[in-house]
Amino acid sequence: MQHKILLTINGEQYENFVSSERTLLDFLRDDLGITGSKKGCDEGECGACTVLVDGIAVDSCLMLAVEADGCELLTVEGLNKSELDPLQKAFIEHGAIQCGYCTPGMLLSAKALLLEKNDPTDDEIKEAIAGNLCRCTGYLSIIDAIRSVAKGGG
Amino acid sequence: MKNFLYGRASSTRAAVDFLSNRKNAFFLAGGTNLLDHLKLGVEYAEVLLDIEDLPERELTDLEEGGLRLGALALNSEVAADARVKSNFPMLAEAILSGASPQLRNMATIGGNLLQRTRCSFFRDIHAPCNKRNPGSGCAALEGAHRNHAILGTSEDCFATHPSDMDVALAALDAVLVIRGVTGERRLPLESFYLLPGDTPWRETALAHGEMITAVELPPPFFVHSIYLKVRERASFEFALAAAAVALEVREGMILAARVALGGVGTVPWRAREAERLLVGAFATPEAFEVAAEAELAAALPHRDNFFKVELARRTLVRALSEVAEKWGGFE
Ligand SMILES: Cc1cc2nc3c(=O)[nH]c(=O)nc-3n(C[C@H](O)[C@H](O)[C@H](O)COP(=O)(O)OP(=O)(O)OC[C@H]3O[C@@H](n4cnc5c(N)ncnc54)[C@H](O)[C@@H]3O)c2cc1C
Repeated sequence: MQHKILLTINGEQYENFVSSERTLLDFLRDDLGITGSKKGCDEGECGACTVLVDGIAVDSCLMLAVEADGCELLTVEGLNKSELDPLQKAFIEHGAIQCGYCTPGMLLSAKALLLEKNDPTDDEIKEAIAGNLCRCTGYLSIIDAIRSVAKGGG
Repeated sequence: MKNFLYGRASSTRAAVDFLSNRKNAFFLAGGTNLLDHLKLGVEYAEVLLDIEDLPERELTDLEEGGLRLGALALNSEVAADARVKSNFPMLAEAILSGASPQLRNMATIGGNLLQRTRCSFFRDIHAPCNKRNPGSGCAALEGAHRNHAILGTSEDCFATHPSDMDVALAALDAVLVIRGVTGERRLPLESFYLLPGDTPWRETALAHGEMITAVELPPPFFVHSIYLKVRERASFEFALAAAAVALEVREGMILAARVALGGVGTVPWRAREAERLLVGAFATPEAFEVAAEAELAAALPHRDNFFKVELARRTLVRALSEVAEKWGGFE
């Protein structure tokens, strides 16, 4: 069954047809070629597919594309419009990226946190990225990077 | 995922009427459990009826400090609500101890109540499982069952009920409001969940097509409570053992107690035996040991989960002690 959906992704309007069972993640990656959001586990464990829907972090692998009809999405591609987002710069400066597969999701979970609180505690930072698994960095450099942006005013 | 039809429900009544007349049709709330199951092939749907636009999302005050949680309220919204945080703190603690921020932003109260076990054999369509495929056997008996239940088990199934939130709701005497084709009914959470027995595929008292529209919390009688969760890492992990405890203590004596256990039961486990022994006793470490011991006397561990008996006992004693501390410590 096909559905017409209308949504905004990174500030641009999209109008598309999707089948009922298409996940938001597959829609972004395979239908639109917006491949920044990664497919790790496809069952909500790893957070590599994290996107913001109306400003709230969700796992796009457990959401249907048709559910995003009328919504405003932010993916990692939307973070650097003219220049890198402060979070992206901080990740680079702190060496918070190794293989990079978790990075888009990490950035968006961090973004959601900073949209809500501009001076989070370390515990709040850890909790905000609890749903994003990283098997390379040991998390410390990621936490440092997020804290540095928070202190700088987000 | 296999093909299915998708539609959005415009009213609760229409949604219930629609689903009651269709096989292989499901309500879609947050989708974090259902879509996972559809991908794995654990469940099969011809129709998903999205209920997220329905109005059952509000949190409304009830008389004398009670609270009604709309079934479509998000887990994250409920945990952040000021009334929940101040009057039912153990509920906020339980929700925040579960899953991840992303999942809590998607998961609803109704969906959380109906989430199914994480037993790896239930989730593996190639394994025998009496719950998924009645009569096929239970692969967990021989296989990995470290995380399995020790209370409320049967020969056919000892899969753990995975929810944190529901354990707090069990302790809080929550009542479910259920809407069916013939009208509305109310059911205490304790009678909502069914023990596996020899019909482990029947998990709740909900009939096909019925919708949970709300959860009602009676006025809190207690001042101090806790949700204590023990797991293999500090975040984003299911409970090995958990205890939800609320006590009312006056001059050292326990006047009222509400206790439930998580991570160890085939259903959210209301610890009635522990409560019975606690009420009227003085709040002492010995009394807590006696109550916890008695509750776990019925435990039936298997080869690899004997540790859970001791873990659950200690978790309960610690939770009781921490609530007693809040009342000013032991006698
Ligand atoms: C990786 C991972 C880790 C997790 N960790 C935890 C954890 O540590 N602790 C914990 O407690 N939970 C945990 N969860 C489970 C999570 O809490 C549930 O998946 C979630 O609460 C389900 O809610 P939902 O709204 O997404 O349900 P859905 O997936 O939408 O629905 C689940 C079922 O309920 C039915 N349903 C939904 N709403 C209603 C209603 N109102 N009336 C009737 N039927 C309805 C649906 O038809 C479906 O059958 C985890 C989940 C994942 C994926």
